[in-house]
Amino acid sequence: MRLGVPFAVVGFLLSVSFGVLARQAGFSVAQASVTGMVVFAGSAQFAALSVITVGGGIVAALTAGSLMNARFLAMGIAVAPSLPGGPVKRAAQGQAVVDSSWALANRGDGTFNRWLLFGTTLPQYVTWTLGSIVGATFGNALGDTHRLGLDAIYPVFFLSLLITELRDATSRWAAFGGGLVALALVPVSPPGVPILAASTVALMGLVRRSR
Amino acid sequence: MTLTYTQVWGLILGLAALTALIKAMGPVLLGGRALPPWFSRVTVLMAPTLLSALVVTSLLAAGRSWSVGAHTVGVVIAALMLWRRCSLVLCVVVAVLVTAGLRAI
Repeated sequence: MRLGVPFAVVGFLLSVSFGVLARQAGFSVAQASVTGMVVFAGSAQFAALSVITVGGGIVAALTAGSLMNARFLAMGIAVAPSLPGGPVKRAAQGQAVVDSSWALANRGDGTFNRWLLFGTTLPQYVTWTLGSIVGATFGNALGDTHRLGLDAIYPVFFLSLLITELRDATSRWAAFGGGLVALALVPVSPPGVPILAASTVALMGLVRRSR
Repeated sequence: MTLTYTQVWGLILGLAALTALIKAMGPVLLGGRALPPWFSRVTVLMAPTLLSALVVTSLLAAGRSWSVGAHTVGVVIAALMLWRRCSLVLCVVVAVLVTAGLRAI
């Protein structure tokens, strides 16, 4: 469980900032708190929130969040052989997959230590839930949160995840292309669309590399 | 803000359901079986692509126009620190302090 603690600390800060930003986006205290509890997927939460913050609709927000979650599909497939039990038990165990615990539990030989997966996820879930409650409750008491610089937390967190994703030339080009497409579309498309459109860059994975 | 109170609940529950579904899908449906290689090549690239899009737009855009702010500077400094392998907690704290500091000036 101790391995999950540094991520749990950052997760707490991130979740506090989510609670605060969600309140500013029009969520009630209960709504902002419950989001962290039931969704527990930071990148999806922030992707959805950033879509509605700029005025996008529910469908665009859900799509952005789900596309962001698409990586859990790949991670779930990877851990599948290491999880015992029937469909319900396997589905429940799959919920424990978050980026950092998935990486920590990876033995590097195609198998996963599932107890390490659950153990490192647990402290993160606890701080994630607490963080969103704290952020939601005290967000307005902080006064002008813009002044506190809390909006700098989530880009740094995602940047750190992004850096771990840049394993080879293909992923670096995908990241470069995705950023470029999103930025280029900002002035000419409705809110939320730039991030969705950027996901099409991942289709470059269809091109088989000729090496 | 354009979403109503009920719409926000719809968004939260919808996102929770979709996230749980996506996380369950791998272990349940594909338990142990291999997927076509083209499929996993695309899903693997989804994360770097979207994370980059999210980072870039949160740093360099506001609404429908390009813009930079104090947080841009804070995050760029944190990015350099991440590159130098500083701890994530430290980088986050520095980004927040730099951002708040610049806004206080």
